[in-house]
Amino acid sequence: MTVTEARPRTVPARRQATTPPGRALPSVKKVIVAASAYVIAFVFVFPYLVMVLTALRPQDELREATYLPETFAWSNFVTFWSGGLVQNLGVTLQVAAGSTILVLLVALPAAYYTARHDFKGRTAFLILVLITQMFQPTAMLVGIYREFSQLGLVDSVWSLILVNAGFNLAFAVWILNAYFASIPRELEEAAFMDGAGRGGALFRVTLPLAMPGVVTALIFTFIAAWNEFVVALTLTTSQENQPLPVALNSFIGQYQVDWQNLFAGSVIATIPVIILFALIERKVVGGLTAGAVK
Amino acid sequence: MQQTSPLARAGRALEPLAWVGPAVVLIAVVVVWPVIVMIQSSFLKISRFGVVRGANGVDNYTKLFAEPDFGGVMIRSLIWVVAVVGLTVVLSLALAQLFNQRFPGRNIARWALIAPWAASVLMTAIIFKWMLDPEVGLINMILHDLGILDAMGGADADPLGKASTAFPWLIGVAVFVSLPFTTYALLAGLATIPADVYEAARMDGASKARIYFSITLPLLRPALTVAMLINVMNVFNSFPIIWVMTHGQPGYSTATSTIFMYILKGSDIGESAAMSVVNFGMVVVLVAVFLKVARWNRQVA
Repeated sequence: MTVTEARPRTVPARRQATTPPGRALPSVKKVIVAASAYVIAFVFVFPYLVMVLTALRPQDELREATYLPETFAWSNFVTFWSGGLVQNLGVTLQVAAGSTILVLLVALPAAYYTARHDFKGRTAFLILVLITQMFQPTAMLVGIYREFSQLGLVDSVWSLILVNAGFNLAFAVWILNAYFASIPRELEEAAFMDGAGRGGALFRVTLPLAMPGVVTALIFTFIAAWNEFVVALTLTTSQENQPLPVALNSFIGQYQVDWQNLFAGSVIATIPVIILFALIERKVVGGLTAGAVK
Repeated sequence: MQQTSPLARAGRALEPLAWVGPAVVLIAVVVVWPVIVMIQSSFLKISRFGVVRGANGVDNYTKLFAEPDFGGVMIRSLIWVVAVVGLTVVLSLALAQLFNQRFPGRNIARWALIAPWAASVLMTAIIFKWMLDPEVGLINMILHDLGILDAMGGADADPLGKASTAFPWLIGVAVFVSLPFTTYALLAGLATIPADVYEAARMDGASKARIYFSITLPLLRPALTVAMLINVMNVFNSFPIIWVMTHGQPGYSTATSTIFMYILKGSDIGESAAMSVVNFGMVVVLVAVFLKVARWNRQVA
């Protein structure tokens, strides 16, 4: 990275070479730009820093108005691990993993087929996907609640898996469709000619080349389902079936709030997904706006 | 024309169904069916435990429109969307411009920017509520140490306790979580503007402001439009921020139509469904606008 940063720095320097006195000016501007960018970057991570620091406060320091804890209670995480919230973390993991698997199972064939074949209803299908992308479960919460009540799936992991998969399908289809479309058909044909078979060509040639798209769809769906709150709040009734965000939220209403437990839980629910998200960040914008800029 | 047996033709017609069918079924069950149930429910009399007590005509709608808080809630929703999206767009334009400059450590700084986007909005709202705690809230402590806040613990140290200060804070948090996506979408837009366009403008002696408003902004329009519409949808449907930080209280003074719909669900599901249908109608209008813009972009490209 330092190499790529070094290159552009020489460009303005060369341009300024004929006027030596002006040479200091761009660097002043650069310092201001860099400094304000660092400050803004700090502001963006600040709340999450506060979250980590609060999670490390000992119980007796929680209601003290100090900027930093005097001692760090790493044991808060041990307490979390042995408490009831681990059950809720487990539910979150099941929902996130389940929705991700379901999305990939459903989106991969659909995206591949629409990228490779023109068929009756192809445009209709893509418009349906585009519309789905714009709708959010919050807008139809009452309908979701009543539908799953009728199906007898309230308070079940399966309803959360279904809803999360359904609402994240569009992103996966768009991004996978774009990847499949970008892989030359000839590559697949060549593998087929070499006797790999249709399935062999697909699994040994096309799918590996589309892997960056698959990984992006996978991580994006996982994070979205992991973070989902409103549907889970509506569809789960018993405490042990609530995903972590809903369980943490129910802490806040109580008078005896175990704040450090709450924040230890928040750290566990937040930090891993921020790191995961950083891996796919560049591709996500493309996927979210794909329908419109394609 | 190729000669094919009816069976083979039927097989070929069914082939897309095998590949695309599961996706259609999933969308039908999770997205389409709830919409139908929701519209149906809005014309039924339903107890808060979900027991249907027969048809209700348009009574749910009449009751909803007659709610003393309905008008205020709708106006607040409008203010909410316009303020959050407006501020987000203006700030993101500035942020995109800044983070498009080259400076050492840019990748790390850009990486920091995504935190509120990746983290659950619920978690962000919980932290802000904690930082605004009247007794130990960090933001209050900073304001106190700067001499802006007289004393901790009082009503002044509880900005979420009254609507006049709570609503701006809610808007602020909503802007905070919307900035990363919008900034990244605009950065992607900036990357598509060819450098020689700028070179030519500089040769012609255009000022920096002139270049920005006559070149950058117009060329950024497709990215800006899409980012804005996605934001409008997200902000309109936004729930966790208000729910966690104020529950729409005091009274309904910080409630948007989404929050109002959720609160109604606890007392009258039919009326809540009516509120949902009204919300949904607005979402449909927004989607129609989006599709139109999407097609417009495709024609341009």
